This record gives sequence, C-alpha cells and structure tokens, in this order.
Amino acid sequence: MPTPPTLAQPDAAGYYGAFGGSYIPETLHHAVLELSAAYEAAKADPAFAAQMDELNRDYIGRATPLQLAPRLTERAGGGQIWIKREDLAHTGAHKINNAIGQCLLTLRMGKKRIIAETGAGQHGVATATAAAKFNLECEVFMGTEDMRRQRPNVLRMQLMGAKVTGVESGSATLKDATNAAMRDWMATSETTHYTIGSVVGPHPFPLIVRDFQSVIGRETLAQCRDQLGRLPECVTACVGGGSNAAGMFYPFTQDPDAHDVKLVGVEPGGLGSEFGKHAASLTHGRPGVLHGSLSYVLQDDDGQTSPVHSVSAGLDYPGVGPEHAYWKDSGRVTYASVTDTEALEAFQLISKLEGILPALECSHALAHTLKVAAAMPQDQAVVMNLSGRGDKDLDEVVRVLGL
Amino acid sequence: MGRLGFSTLSPMKHRIDAIFSDLQARDAKALMPFFTAGDPDLTTTADLLRAADTAGAAVCEVGFAFSDPVADGPTIEASMQRALDGGVDVQGVFDMVRGVRDQVSLGLVAMVSYSIVHRWGLERFVSEAADAGFDGFIFPDLSLEASGPARAAADAAGLTLSLLVAPTTPIERAKKIAAACSGFVYVVARSGITGARAALPPELTDRLHALREVTDVPLAVGFGVSKPEHVRDVTTVADAAIVASALIDRMQGADQPLDTATLMLKELVGGLA
Repeated sequence: MPTPPTLAQPDAAGYYGAFGGSYIPETLHHAVLELSAAYEAAKADPAFAAQMDELNRDYIGRATPLQLAPRLTERAGGGQIWIKREDLAHTGAHKINNAIGQCLLTLRMGKKRIIAETGAGQHGVATATAAAKFNLECEVFMGTEDMRRQRPNVLRMQLMGAKVTGVESGSATLKDATNAAMRDWMATSETTHYTIGSVVGPHPFPLIVRDFQSVIGRETLAQCRDQLGRLPECVTACVGGGSNAAGMFYPFTQDPDAHDVKLVGVEPGGLGSEFGKHAASLTHGRPGVLHGSLSYVLQDDDGQTSPVHSVSAGLDYPGVGPEHAYWKDSGRVTYASVTDTEALEAFQLISKLEGILPALECSHALAHTLKVAAAMPQDQAVVMNLSGRGDKDLDEVVRVLGL
Repeated sequence: MGRLGFSTLSPMKHRIDAIFSDLQARDAKALMPFFTAGDPDLTTTADLLRAADTAGAAVCEVGFAFSDPVADGPTIEASMQRALDGGVDVQGVFDMVRGVRDQVSLGLVAMVSYSIVHRWGLERFVSEAADAGFDGFIFPDLSLEASGPARAAADAAGLTLSLLVAPTTPIERAKKIAAACSGFVYVVARSGITGARAALPPELTDRLHALREVTDVPLAVGFGVSKPEHVRDVTTVADAAIVASALIDRMQGADQPLDTATLMLKELVGGLA
C-alpha cells in the first residue's frame, strides 16, 4: 500500500523529495524569482482567483464534462470507463488552462511579451490564443519536424497573430524548441515572460503549471461524487512532460478520501524499449538534470540527452516533470507505457465507438485504460483524462497508417 | 605570462590562485580563451591549448560538449555538436588534458553543464578532473543556492569553483556569489546567450567597478568579448577577458585553423590592459 504524500510539495527551494530544484544560468535567476513573487501575490489575491474562475467558465468553457463511455466499456468487457473531456475546452486541449493563468501572471508582472515552446502545437495554440485575448506580443518556438507533423496548429497560431519560429537544431522537436525558448528568455526576461507549457523547467514552473492544471482534478473529484456517487478505483492520464496528468492527479493526492484511488500515468513507449526508440522517461530513464530541473530523464552515461521517439509530437520529450519523479519513487502513482501501435489502435477505436476523435497523446492513456478496465469487475470504474482532440493529428495518422 | 614553476607549488595552493596573484604582483591581466574539447577532434584541442600557452594566455576554459547548451548561442552550440558528432566523450577530454598538462603552464578550467556532472556523480567527476590535471570548474547552470556541495568537492580536490554573475544579478547577491567562488568570478557581460558581438554593453564598466567594490576575488569577463579592443576595455577594470565564440568563428572560416587561432590569440593578448 503506497504511503500518500503528507508534506507540502515542493519545499521552498522547489524540491519534490529529491527532485526538482532550479538548475539555470544566473542570468535567469532574477526572472524566476520575480515569477515566484508574482505567483505568491496572485495566490493571495482573491481578485485573481475570481478572474481565473470567470475565465475558466466564460472563455475556456469549464467545467468540461465527465462522461461514461458505454461502448468502450462494453468493448473492454470489465469496469466502467469514464472520460474527462478536456478536448472540449477552448482550443481543444487542457493546455489553455495554464496559458490563460500564465498570461494573467504576465500582466501582473507588467511584461508585454510572452514566448513559448511547443511540440504538438497545442500549448503554442493555447499561448497564442491567450496572447491574442490579452493583447500580448507572442512568439512560439517549434521544431521544424513538429511543424511538418502539426501543420494545422502552425496556421492556427499564425492566424491569432503569433510569430512561429522554426527550430532546426538537434532533433528539431520539443526539446530543441525548449532550448530555443530558454535562449530567447536569457536575453529578454526583463520584458518577456516564458510561458512553459508543462510541469517541467526550473522552480516555480512545475508548481505553477500544476496548480493551473489542477482545475481538471478538482472538477473530476466533484463530478465523480456527483455522477458516480463515489470516487473511481483508478484514474489514468498520458505523460509526456506531464501537465495534464499532474493537473488530474494532484487533487487526488491531496484529497483525504482519495488515498485508495489508483493513479496511473501512461508514457509513450514508441517503437520499443531500446535506447532512442521511445520517450518513456519514468519507465526507462534515470534521475538527471535537463532544462532546469532534476527529474527522470533519458540520457546516455555522459549526461547527453538521448534521441527520443513517439508517434505523438506532444509526448516526444526526453524528460518529465519532477513531481512525477517524486510520485513514482513514493509509489503514489504508477507509470506504464504503451507503444505507437497500441496508441494508434486506441485512436481508431474511440473514434468509431464513441464518436470522439482524440489527440494521439491521450490515445496512449486510452490504450492503457482499456487494459485496466478489462481487468476490473463491472462494479468498478476507471476515469481517463482525454486531454485533447485529435484534429491536429489527422494528417500524421493518415500518413502513418497509410489510410 | 611567463613560466611560473608550478612544480614548487604546495599542493594546497591552487594553480589558478597562483596565476592571478602573480599577475596582480606585476599589474598584468589574463586572457582566458575557450575551446570546445573535441571540435573538430581532441588532437586539435591539445594543439590549441599549447598554442594558447605559447601566445601568452593565462588560463584556458575547456568546454565539455553538451547536447543542450541553453546558455550558448549558435557558434558554441554548433561547435559542441561537431564535437559530439566526432564522438568525443568525457573520458576522452580527461585523457586529452592528462596528455597536455605537463606541456603547458596554463590554468585549465573545465566548463561543463551540470547535466554531465550529475550523470557522472559530483565526487567522481571532480576527482577524475583533478586527476587529469584540471585546475578548476565552471558549472554554468549551477545556482548559488545549489553550489555548496560542488564548492566543497572542488576544495577537497584542491581545485577552484567559479560561479556566474549576470547583468540581472543585484549587487548584494553578486557579493554572495563572489564569496562562494574560488579562483575567479565569471562575470557575464551581457544578458542573453554567448556569441561574438560588435560592441560591449555601455554599462559594463560601471558594473565591473561596482563588483570590484564588493569582492577581492579576481573578475573574469565573458559573453560577447570578441576583439582586442574589448579585451582592453574589460581588463582595464577586471582581471581577465574570456573569448570564446569569436575565436571559434575565426577558426571555422580558416584554411589553417591552428595558425589562425594562434594569430588571433596573440592579437587578443596584445589587447590586455
């Protein structure tokens, strides 16, 4: 029986147990400190909470529904499958929860420009959206390989007035986009806020992103009590950097009635477990430092970042948020992985059985959820976070499956 | 800079400290070139260290190639990628330094991302580096707050640890950073990433004077220091000028990179105040 975390996480230095911290060039220290102060002030300001509540309801369209997936449940042949519909949030993914929150912090800090990294483009779209709404200048860094894979999102960002800057270096994917955004911020932090899209990076980013995404888990707890009349036996979410999973899981780790709810993060197993063929940092990685924090990472024996692969551009990242590392080692959350092929099968299955076209990211969670449900008796329930919609993935799915 | 006869040094005396006290006694300043170890290969890097020594550099930064150098601009990133593509690894850099150590009187400082140090293990990395003949460390992504164990490990091995002071660092914090440094303080000349620049920021001289007020630890200035005039400007107040991208840029465009580097190193030494 895993022991639930009892201490407040993170500590003052940004550590979740042994993980997290702030491994950044001194040039960024001031900006990170300023962000911490702005966030603490915002948290203490009732007007900020009221503003977030209003934007969540009226702009993002929250609460997103929790609904039974009857035909998927029948197909799995075991416990009930419920899905949390983050794909129905404005812009089609959970990323908007964080982008709106960080834009409000940007305004509170008096900064006029925001930058972001993006992989699948969902965080880039969310940031461009929030920037348009709040009249902020916006530049999104995106690997050129991802720009090819997620072209509709590139066009969306540009239509909303964002500058999309292609990144050619390294593998031309999410980690390289993150490098480029950090480099920009090194020179511009006095006027620019870096809107990190996941629960990664130096403290306080993992904390801030988790808190803005925790609206998912809070709603889910309330909806389960209302619609199921109890909490589910299991909750699942996909994990790349880990923001939708952190937002779903964190309230469950804190709710005194939720200690028995099994939490499962699902990582991208790619083409297999060999080095370079996947992006499953928690499943196959080791503790290491990447992009400002200490967490599970995919590195070689010299600390060089591994090549990674996933069919999903949004999960194609060699690290993971430090709180997930803490949850893994404490046993509170378990982490599984599914392959590209399993995720693609789940993608097609839910499209046909439920009329929901999911993002490839959460298709990973679904592939594992089907296994979990199949092993459950019929009176039990599993809730899956369907973190985004899949329109952006159509071209890539058609290409990969040869449809 | 003269051969300083380090064989007579007591083991407790850092080579870096000896270099700076010798320079200060002569009212002279230091050139600190940076080379990415293994770009294009380690034999060339060893040649460059010998050339820097001959040209009169006092200390060399030996850069460990890293896959994700977020503080570096296009020149050093590309240089590190060439080194990695050429197959350089950490052990190879240690072996190269071991081979060249007795041939140069330069101080040799390892510039290395903490990602690499953490993977090796701090104690193991520091002791292997010391054994290879390094004299100090710069971990550009290690914060003041997290630097305690690294300083203790460096001290125990008889090596220096230099932290960075940025333009965004308030002077009170800069004072604490300087106090946590041994050997020298790395003063970042400009916000942003590494890379050659046409001019230094106008406020740099005032910053250096302010830093001089709060610490006696030697000040070494880098990021954008690209030509002899820049070297003169920064060493008018500071103790050392660090030149990296400009050297790499010049070598990249050259038919005879080693000769080109030697010539440029002499020009840069000529700029010392």
